[in-house]
Amino acid sequence: MIRLVGMLIGLGFTFVVLLAFGVGAYTAATEEVEPQAGYAFHAEPHAPEGGFASDGPFGRWDQAQLQRGYQVYKEACAACHSLGYVAFRNLADLGYSDAQIKAEAESYQIPHYDPSTGEVTRSAGLPTDNFPPVAYAGLGSPPDLSLITKARGDGTNYVYSLLTGYEDMATYANEDGELLTEEFPEFQVGEGLHFNPYFEGLAIAMPAPLQDGQVTYAVDENGVAPEATVDQMSQDVAAFLTWTAEPKMMERKRTGWWILAFTLFATILAWFAKKSVWSAVKPKREDD
Amino acid sequence: MSFPWAKEYTPQNGFTKFLDERLPLPRLVYNAVGAGYPVPRNLSYFWNFGVLAGFCLVLQIVTGVVLAMHYAADAGVAFASVEHIMRDVNWGWLMRYAHANGASFFFLVIYIHIFRGFFYASYKPPREMIWLIGVVIFLLMMATAFMGYVLPWGQMSFWGAQVITGLFEAIPLVGESIKVWLLGGYAPDNAALNRFFSLHYLLPFVIAGCVILHIWALHIPGSSNPTGVEVKQESDTLPFHPYYTAKDGFGLGVFLLIYFAFVFFLPNVLGHPDNYIEANPLSTPAHIVPEWYFYPFYAILRAFTFDFILPAKLWGVLAMFAAILVWFFLPWLDKGPVRSGHYRPLFRKFFWFGLIPCMAVLFVCGGAPAEEPYVMISQIATAYYFLHFLVILPIVSSIERPDPLPYSITEAVLGSDKKAVLGENAEPAGA
Repeated sequence: MIRLVGMLIGLGFTFVVLLAFGVGAYTAATEEVEPQAGYAFHAEPHAPEGGFASDGPFGRWDQAQLQRGYQVYKEACAACHSLGYVAFRNLADLGYSDAQIKAEAESYQIPHYDPSTGEVTRSAGLPTDNFPPVAYAGLGSPPDLSLITKARGDGTNYVYSLLTGYEDMATYANEDGELLTEEFPEFQVGEGLHFNPYFEGLAIAMPAPLQDGQVTYAVDENGVAPEATVDQMSQDVAAFLTWTAEPKMMERKRTGWWILAFTLFATILAWFAKKSVWSAVKPKREDD
Repeated sequence: MSFPWAKEYTPQNGFTKFLDERLPLPRLVYNAVGAGYPVPRNLSYFWNFGVLAGFCLVLQIVTGVVLAMHYAADAGVAFASVEHIMRDVNWGWLMRYAHANGASFFFLVIYIHIFRGFFYASYKPPREMIWLIGVVIFLLMMATAFMGYVLPWGQMSFWGAQVITGLFEAIPLVGESIKVWLLGGYAPDNAALNRFFSLHYLLPFVIAGCVILHIWALHIPGSSNPTGVEVKQESDTLPFHPYYTAKDGFGLGVFLLIYFAFVFFLPNVLGHPDNYIEANPLSTPAHIVPEWYFYPFYAILRAFTFDFILPAKLWGVLAMFAAILVWFFLPWLDKGPVRSGHYRPLFRKFFWFGLIPCMAVLFVCGGAPAEEPYVMISQIATAYYFLHFLVILPIVSSIERPDPLPYSITEAVLGSDKKAVLGENAEPAGA
């Protein structure tokens, strides 16, 4: 009885879902699916040449690069994008001294809200303060960048690719060598938007934020300053934003190796323990 | 409740004697997972996964309790409190990654445990009750995992809650009211977040209670085994301790190596990037997907796209719940006389070339965007899923001629033949 009822229910669901399949197949066969420029010409994030120092299980921060990235953030991004989950004290990870961090914090005005009046007073920041909110004057809301490299797929490479991905739409070709303007002659970037194949829909509100030579890098320990190309600045700020998204990344990887080594050792011991316990009752087949 | 040759617990000193007469807890443990529990001697590593699932439950409760010390269940600060755990709490990042990946590995382990049960027909008499409680545990796990995923209050948390509670709207007449009652509002907000947190903390202990029932029910007939032949004699079994404690110990080590590799080196690959964006009711993500362990059932939900008498959405909801509820009836759908898939040639073919590819396809389609060809593929797989359990399994199990079984577990393991001694006329299988 239960099997009969079960069979009827099973056939019922099968019938309905195959009906839906038939309708879907008929629609697919009779209606042309409009190809979309946003799919055909979307570009996947790619790594810069040589990748990032923090990549991979053995990755380490490149402190000089993080400092350069912080500089790029301050000079090119900070006018519109906040960094709300990062505190000034965290900058110690970048190799700054306590005095430098104190001075850095003091250069910011931090809003304090009086809960009884709602009034805002501003005072110089302390190392314990987080980066303050940014009041963006234009339309839209530029996202907070603290977590951006974790909030996008392949985030570090995405930030790098996006920042270096502003191109002339008229000459843009995808990986198959097809020209966007030939395949989709009617494709237009919306009013106030900018063409960028790494962004969803190929159009982003943010204009290209970096120009060659926009920041002046300090000289490093070898006495040379890296050239501030768009590519270099994009790498640096992508590395910096990888740190802001996960400041504990190196602690995590370092701990991971110790834990894996210990677990491997314990597992090998467990294997020999198992072998020795079972050796007395191991199957002794006649044909052995 | 055990075999007559099970070793009896004997207290070794004054203290354990005192305890044994008043609260025989050591005796309970000895008989449950100690030398007092005789277990078939031929268990493969697929029988490790029950212990591993128990380990995962403890791991989730321990890390979860620590996380709850630092988490704030308030829609205004929940997301920030998770970032506080990641950045400022000592070892908070480890607790959170261990918990989030722990959920994934718990489901991985439980799926292997369940599919082990499918292949070896562990649900067959006399183990129906173990199976039924197991399905209840799985349902509780799904509810717990769903509510846990809402707590970080990211975009996928919010929109996942919106979609799943929205399913109840498909119920005629009262659906809308049920959704509002579940959420405490018209959309997920503070009320929903707080009750989800409360239930997310409660349900694991309900699961723990069900696990005790699961193990209790297991100890009545004893563990199943890869031949599916019941234990007949003492030589068929070994005491759980030290034989299976040692084997499970090694299995646990291998499990931990893989688990730690994810926790420390790939902590976010099993999650969704959108959940690092704070919940925003005004911005719908392009593709709303659940966590990976729900993909097959999500694919079944979305496979119903055509209004046939009932609205398509209601069909999808019914099918999704039916897809799990059908597991409850397996002991009565599969009437074959033999348990183990090793001795059921036709059953085995449908398992390896039917059910497993079907689940794999549903898994891929559930994670893919709801567009062609994924929808059409998932519709075929959904049809097969229901046919497999409700039509193929009952028919196959009644027409199939199983291969000859070994006389006993001892024979299957040692190759030596009890049948000659005892004059049975069964053909030895693995000899």
